[in-house]
Amino acid sequence: MPQPGAVRGRRGRAGPGSEGGGSGGTVRARCGLGGRAEVAELRARLRAVRHTVLVLSGKGGVGKSTFSALLAHGLAADETKQVALLDIDICGPSIPKMMGLEGEQVHQSGSGWSPVYVEENLGVMSVGFLLSSPDDAVIWRGPKKNGLIKQFLRDVDWGEVDYLIVDTPPGTSDEHLSIVQYLSATHIDGAVIVTTPQEVSLQDVRKEINFCRKVKLPIIGVVENMSGFVCPKCKNESQIFPPTTGGAEKMCQNLSVSLLGKVPLDPQIGKSCDRGQSFLAEAPESPATLSYRNIIQRIQEYCEHHHLQEEKIIVSSVLSSDSP
Amino acid sequence: TLAERTNLAGVRHILLVLSGKGGVGKSTLSTELALALRNAGKRVGILDVDLCGPSIPRMLRVQDSAVHQCDSGWVPVFVGQDKAIALMSIGFLLERPDDAVVWRGPKKNALIKQFVTDVAWGDLDFLIVDTPPGTSDEHISTVEALRPHQLLGAVLVTTPQAVSVGDVRRELTFCRKAGLQILGIVENMSGFVCPHCSECTNIFSKGGGEELAKHAGVPFLGCVPLDPQLSQSLEEGKDFIQEFPKSSAFPALTHIAQQILDTLQRSS
Repeated sequence: MPQPGAVRGRRGRAGPGSEGGGSGGTVRARCGLGGRAEVAELRARLRAVRHTVLVLSGKGGVGKSTFSALLAHGLAADETKQVALLDIDICGPSIPKMMGLEGEQVHQSGSGWSPVYVEENLGVMSVGFLLSSPDDAVIWRGPKKNGLIKQFLRDVDWGEVDYLIVDTPPGTSDEHLSIVQYLSATHIDGAVIVTTPQEVSLQDVRKEINFCRKVKLPIIGVVENMSGFVCPKCKNESQIFPPTTGGAEKMCQNLSVSLLGKVPLDPQIGKSCDRGQSFLAEAPESPATLSYRNIIQRIQEYCEHHHLQEEKIIVSSVLSSDSP
Repeated sequence: TLAERTNLAGVRHILLVLSGKGGVGKSTLSTELALALRNAGKRVGILDVDLCGPSIPRMLRVQDSAVHQCDSGWVPVFVGQDKAIALMSIGFLLERPDDAVVWRGPKKNALIKQFVTDVAWGDLDFLIVDTPPGTSDEHISTVEALRPHQLLGAVLVTTPQAVSVGDVRRELTFCRKAGLQILGIVENMSGFVCPHCSECTNIFSKGGGEELAKHAGVPFLGCVPLDPQLSQSLEEGKDFIQEFPKSSAFPALTHIAQQILDTLQRSS
């Protein structure tokens, strides 16, 4: 139990104290990944997942879930790829609505929980599917949330998956520590961090980047959402969320992370989300669609390249061990 | 304890600003509401319990302030021209603003309890509590820690679209379960008026907040439009407190503050 006195007593300044940093071993023990058996169980379940991408922010309302949903749709457009979307926002699960799956329930089979399928090659899991009414609130403290996240990873029968996308809630807390710790049983390609241009978002996103570094989570890059609005009448551009400190571009330069792209505000995005339709399909000509598609491609390229690099390492180590 | 009774004893009303959904403008609205109430002659304090994303110090240009202790506990930071608004936020306790507060629930809960019992607020008409999105540790702990002291009022913030409203419905359930007096719903980011041609575009849709209020049987406090100039001054070190009265959001906020005052007057 933490000491409240640790904050009092110093002249106003206290260190933030991280419970997630340090070696993988310490971190595992803390989160309650109870020993080798549990790790082995998770590893077995997730063995058939080729790539895992976490969508993070730190700041709420920047478009993480919107982005996760569109990333899933974008990747699943290739029918040869099997895509899974896992929503670990336990208090505010937006994914079912955005994917047009409100009211769906989870079915159990001999091999575990079945994801809810939007397309044959796109499956979704969210706490939203476990709630019987849209008014049901999940008022849980951290440990219970962690338990459900572990269950999602252990008990859902994802099958063979090319891309597992994990949508997270805002912040740097239980859910984020837990998902990184549980997924350490397998492997995470990296994190995509979503922001909007203004400093109040970037402030939180810098913290999120720090979090990623502390827990040794690779950062695929940053997406700047809501980046400018073009008036449909006069076609002039306005900065509704002004990048007063240089926006994501400057922050990425300063922190040496990749800027994957900027997406403008398009009122159709919100509408498509509300109706559970893919914005990419409904507005293929929108500049926002073009931006999203470019970003999705860059993420795909990162994952594939990463995979190739790893294979090279494995192959070369096998070869060198074979040599006399 | 005696200390608990002393520190919040002088606070008449406590308002929680909640959402469920992130990024709808809780912190902005908490600050605007504090200013509007101050404008109506009230003594106001703000408690920022968003431990992972404390936005308010920067909004009020006091992010570099240190906090001090007195005999009864932490002294809040006073903001505004007349230094009349008292503010406490974990933002003041971070050594570097980019430090992430990566804490699990129990540690967050301990700090929240401290905020509530150990800040020397003095006499206030209103203490506005800004919360992070969700219905979890921070919310449960804040309500628990505040419970012995006052009747707690809740103002819920949403943006117009269904995805936000969906989360705010759950927050309403939280409020009911926690026994909070629901003062009403605010629909934020409700329309954007193009500064070039005055065309109004509903970027985040329209009407969801009002519909939810009707459906849930709670008061609808009003719509607040998107004002990029206000966002700009919140960011840039322009004096938000000076700029705010000139904003298109100001009349809406004044009206919201007045309704809250009227409701509380009627119930007391």
